[in-house]
Amino acid sequence: MSERPPATENPWQQLRQLTPARIALGRAGTSLPTRAQLDFQFAHAQARDAVHLPFDAKPLSDALQQRGLDTLHLRSAAEDRHTYLQRPDLGRRLHADSGAQLDTYAAQHGTGKDLAIVIADGLSSLAVHRHSLPFLERLLEQVTAEGWSLAPISLVEQGRVAVADEVGERLGAKMTVILIGERPGLSSPDSLGLYFTYAPRVGLNDAYRNCISNVRLEGLSYGMATFRLMYLMREACRRQLSGVDLKDEAETPTLEGGQTGNFLLPDQR
Amino acid sequence: MAQFAHTIAGQTWRFDSLRELMAKATPARSGDFLAGVAASSDAERAAAQMALADVPLKHFLQEVVIPYEQDEVTRLIIDSHDAAAFAPVSHLTVGGLRDWLLGEAADETSLRHLAPGLTPEMAAAVSKIMRIQDLVLVAQKIRVVTRFRNTQGLRGRMSTRLQPNHPTDDPAGIAASILDGLLYGNGDAMIGINPATDSMGSITALLEMLDAIIQRYEIPTQSCVLTHVTSSIAAIERGAPLDLVFQSIAGTEAANASFGVSLKILQEGYEAGLSLKRGTQGNNLMYFETGQGSALSANAHHGVDQQTCETRAYGVARHFNPFLVNTVVGFIGPEYLYNGKQIIRAGLEDHFCGKLLGVPMGCDICYTNHAEADQDDMDTLLTLLGTAGINFIMGIPGSDDVMLNYQTTSFHDALYARQVLGLRTAPEFEGWLQRMNILHQQGGQLRLGDELPAAFRQALAHLN
Repeated sequence: MSERPPATENPWQQLRQLTPARIALGRAGTSLPTRAQLDFQFAHAQARDAVHLPFDAKPLSDALQQRGLDTLHLRSAAEDRHTYLQRPDLGRRLHADSGAQLDTYAAQHGTGKDLAIVIADGLSSLAVHRHSLPFLERLLEQVTAEGWSLAPISLVEQGRVAVADEVGERLGAKMTVILIGERPGLSSPDSLGLYFTYAPRVGLNDAYRNCISNVRLEGLSYGMATFRLMYLMREACRRQLSGVDLKDEAETPTLEGGQTGNFLLPDQR
Repeated sequence: MAQFAHTIAGQTWRFDSLRELMAKATPARSGDFLAGVAASSDAERAAAQMALADVPLKHFLQEVVIPYEQDEVTRLIIDSHDAAAFAPVSHLTVGGLRDWLLGEAADETSLRHLAPGLTPEMAAAVSKIMRIQDLVLVAQKIRVVTRFRNTQGLRGRMSTRLQPNHPTDDPAGIAASILDGLLYGNGDAMIGINPATDSMGSITALLEMLDAIIQRYEIPTQSCVLTHVTSSIAAIERGAPLDLVFQSIAGTEAANASFGVSLKILQEGYEAGLSLKRGTQGNNLMYFETGQGSALSANAHHGVDQQTCETRAYGVARHFNPFLVNTVVGFIGPEYLYNGKQIIRAGLEDHFCGKLLGVPMGCDICYTNHAEADQDDMDTLLTLLGTAGINFIMGIPGSDDVMLNYQTTSFHDALYARQVLGLRTAPEFEGWLQRMNILHQQGGQLRLGDELPAAFRQALAHLN
């Protein structure tokens, strides 16, 4: 009897240390072996669940209030997940009730704070649940040290990036930062994105924003994300703008200098 | 002032313009609802399809969907229309064209001659009244053959773009995915990288690396680094070894402007590529990517439905004799194509319309994790497009793009299509795979080599 296993392993396993890509998976015939197939299905299930997991704002709100921070619980004009996914325009605007709630707050407490922080589910509540609090703790240390005044922290359900501009405008804040769940990748279901706008107002497009992406344990650390965001905010205050004209100088390309050498080209540097 | 009307079951449906009629005749998809141009009911959609079927093809030369004076894409379409090529079908309606395409008069030769006689709007219109089997049947009659360092689009063949993306453009990480793909018989359409960093130094380094790998291992394929056409021109001026000139394009002047391109800039890119004379089998060297929804996404759709906008992009593409055109069908997200059903139909429409216009179509058969789609949907579209005679698909490790965060077809998926449909790689590349003892194919019989080719065994030894 032959003991040969029904799936064939690839004799180039050692390449796996060089990339997070799904290489050297082996084959059953010429198809994916069972293990690789089921690993993929699980990763996809995780990413799907991250998209559809409801935003649980209460624990986050409680934790922030325990730290002495005011919070506001808001929602966008997108009524549910189904609508949210098909109508990005609705996710960018506040529901009328939430708009009125902000206006009332502004009338009672005044406007003109330096920074309005917004937390929205975006496409991954999982990212927000996992990373928004520990990231905020680091960020707020720096914001306090800078002496900036803080508007209440707004938690927005079914929100897209631009909803922060409406929040910032209604609160009369000088700057907004939104922490938002990014579109989940198969290998990164919990990636948090940070978008920053100076002088926020309804109707701005992406050219007026700066983005810091991929905040998660396997990606950009909380500390590095804080460092880059603080750099952008200080520069924005100095130059009174944000967006494409405000470059993130902290970003350094990895391939400058013409490095092309690798194991396929052993003679090159 | 209704220009088009259709009466059925005691009700008369009116449509004010060709633009409105085409939008309302389009099979349902989320992007047209988002744009507010879709039919308001299934009955209105079916009535619009009936009215559209009765429109004479000649009418498309009289009424344009975006004004001639406002849009250079419209001007290109009208000014380059070939009346002699149009003659065999010029007496027909849209519905008549569907019948003609399905009939015996439409074969590989007659359809090749017809292509310059059809406008993108005619192709889009007829696709709206075709079922999936019609889109497959007619497309597989057509072959669009192009050449650079190998030959794409021959009957019975399907190529793959090896897409070895890495989150930080790490050369060794990219090389690892390239080798994995080559050893699975992928990469004959191109080895094409989406760079994570868009700096000139990074672009040039990647181009030099791909060129060195292709030369060292004598691989009959071509490379591409997917950066803006103006960056490719700059890289060429710096002496970078650039094979294919990439650009994302759309079907309206305003949408192209949002991409930072115009017909003039594309022409400059094309001429810069030609100046290098790097093709050995031919000089098709433009590589375009498109996708339904891009014009709406740029707020530049002029009230035209997304599938008609997309087809107009093929009108742009064919002007530059492209090597390959890739509709990245499921990348844009559920606000444009909501689920597997919409993605599958859109992929087949794009392939059909492109081929009918003489464009060498491939498809990035893909989805994002917030779309209602999964691997089963991609298998369905892959099988249908393989049957329809698609020129090329993507090939990436395990369907997971770790840089762009979406799922597309894997190296294994391409081998599946080769087995069930008997589709072979480009002939020059097939010879290389045989010489390297990587892959031998006879019909649907595939045999992958048991051992690493000597050249790659030596390369791997450097890692230890």
